[in-house]
Amino acid sequence: MCLGIPGKVVKTYREHDVLMGKVDFSGVLKHVCLEHVSDVQIGQYVLVHVGFALSKIDEEEAQKVFDFLEGMNLLDELRADSPEPIPIRFSPEGVET
Amino acid sequence: MKFLDEYRDPEAAKKLAATIARTVTRPWTIMEVCGGQTHTIVKYGIDEILPPHVELVHGPGCPVCVTCLEMIDKAHAIASRPDVIFCSFGDMLRVPGSHCDLLEVKSRGGDVRIVYSPLDAVNLAAANPDKKVVFFAIGFETTAPPNAMAVWLAKKRNLKNFSVLVSHVLVPPSMTAILQSPGNRVQGFLGPGHVCTVMGCDEYGPISRRYRVPIVITGFEPIDLLEGVLWTVRQLEAGEAKVENQYSRAVRPEGNLESKKLIEEVFEICDRKWRGVGIIPKSGFKLKYEYRDHDAERLFEVEDIEAQESTVCISGQVLRGLKKPHDCPAFGKTCTPQSPLGATMVSSEGACAAYYAYGRHLDSKTNKAKAAHSAARDSSQLVRIGGRS
Repeated sequence: MCLGIPGKVVKTYREHDVLMGKVDFSGVLKHVCLEHVSDVQIGQYVLVHVGFALSKIDEEEAQKVFDFLEGMNLLDELRADSPEPIPIRFSPEGVET
Repeated sequence: MKFLDEYRDPEAAKKLAATIARTVTRPWTIMEVCGGQTHTIVKYGIDEILPPHVELVHGPGCPVCVTCLEMIDKAHAIASRPDVIFCSFGDMLRVPGSHCDLLEVKSRGGDVRIVYSPLDAVNLAAANPDKKVVFFAIGFETTAPPNAMAVWLAKKRNLKNFSVLVSHVLVPPSMTAILQSPGNRVQGFLGPGHVCTVMGCDEYGPISRRYRVPIVITGFEPIDLLEGVLWTVRQLEAGEAKVENQYSRAVRPEGNLESKKLIEEVFEICDRKWRGVGIIPKSGFKLKYEYRDHDAERLFEVEDIEAQESTVCISGQVLRGLKKPHDCPAFGKTCTPQSPLGATMVSSEGACAAYYAYGRHLDSKTNKAKAAHSAARDSSQLVRIGGRS
C-alpha cells in the first residue's frame, strides 16, 4: 500500500494553483501532483504514491525500482482509471500526449 | 536505460546472509514494520536464509488490514446511498465488513468506483455536482500528503459535495504499543522506508532510546532487507540502540517538509482503533475542525456504527509479532484470501495473505510443487533467494 512507483516527468502545468505534471510509468501516463517536489524539471524522475510525487529520485534507481515492482506484480494501481484518461501517442522523439 | 539489479542479486544476498550469520552470537527477534517489506520477505524467502536464531516477525504496517471493522461498515453504509459516488483504492473493495464487502455493495447498485488517486475523486466531485463524492481516505503517513491535498483542494475549489471517510493510522504509536504489550518479543525494528520519505526519521529516536531498541529505516528490495537485518543485529550484538537509515537513497532525515506542513494544515492526531488490535492512543489522523465540511463521518451521520470482530482470528497477535500465521487453527482452512476472517488475511500485504500466496499453508510435498511452479514463473526476472525453491 505504501508503494512509491518511479516515473519520468514529461510535462508540467499548473491547475487550481497547484503544480501538476504528466508522468510516464514505462508507457502508462498519469496526471500526478508535483506540488511537493516543486523544483522538479521535465525529464527528471519522481517517486509517486497514488498520484502524488513524494520525492525526486535518480534515473538508475527509478529503473531498478520499477522493474522490481513489475516483477512483484505490484503495479496494479497504475491500471485504475482516472476520470480523464490520457491518450498516448508515440513519436520519433519519444512519448507525446 | 541501464539495468542494474544489485538489489536482487542472489550472490550478494547469500554473502549478506553469511555476514549476518557470522555476526550473531545469540537469538534475536526483529520486526519489519511495513506490509510491503513483509511481502518481499515472504516472496523471496529472506527469513529462510537467515541463521535460525534470527527471527523475523511481521508487523502491523498494512493500512488496508488494520482499517477497523466499524470503518468498513461505515464505508458500506455511505456507499449504499443512492446520492453517493463512493471512491476507493482498489485494495479496499474486497475487504469484508460485518455483512459484505464494497464489491457486493456495488453489485446491489451502489456507485462504487476505484480511483488511482484521491485527486481523481476531487475531479469527479467537480464533474458531478448533483452527487456527493466520498473518498475512503485510508493509509499510513505515506498516503497522508495526497489525501490532505485532496481535502485542501476541495476546500479551495469550494467543492462542498466532496468529503473523505478518514481512517489514517500512524506508525510510531503502533511500534510503541507493540513494545509496551505484555509478552513483547521484538528486540529491533526494520523501519518503514516510504513512511519516512514523508515524515523523516526524527520520530523514531525517542522510541529507540526509551525502549532500547535499534530501528533501521529500510527499503523494500531483498538486499535492502538483508542489509537492514545486518545493521540491526550489529547494533543488538554491540548493545546499541539507535536509529540508522539504510534507505538513504529515498529518505532524508527531515522527510518532505512541504508534505509535513500540508498534513499539519489539514489533519490533527487522534486516538484510532486498529483492526485486530483495538484502540491505540494518538495513533491516527482526523480532519481538523476547519475542514469539517469535508468529513464524511459527520455529514452522513455514521459515527455511531459499531461492529464485532471474529473471535477465532488471532490477527491481533500476528500484528504484534507474538504469533506467526500458521499458528492459527483457521489459517488456510476457514480463513483464506477468498474468505478472510481478519486483518492479516484481507490484503495481499497482510502477513497471513502473504504466507498463503507463497504456499506456506500447504504440506511439504504440495509446497515443493507450488514453489517449483512459482520459481519457474518468476525465473525470467526474479530469483528466489531462500530455500523453498
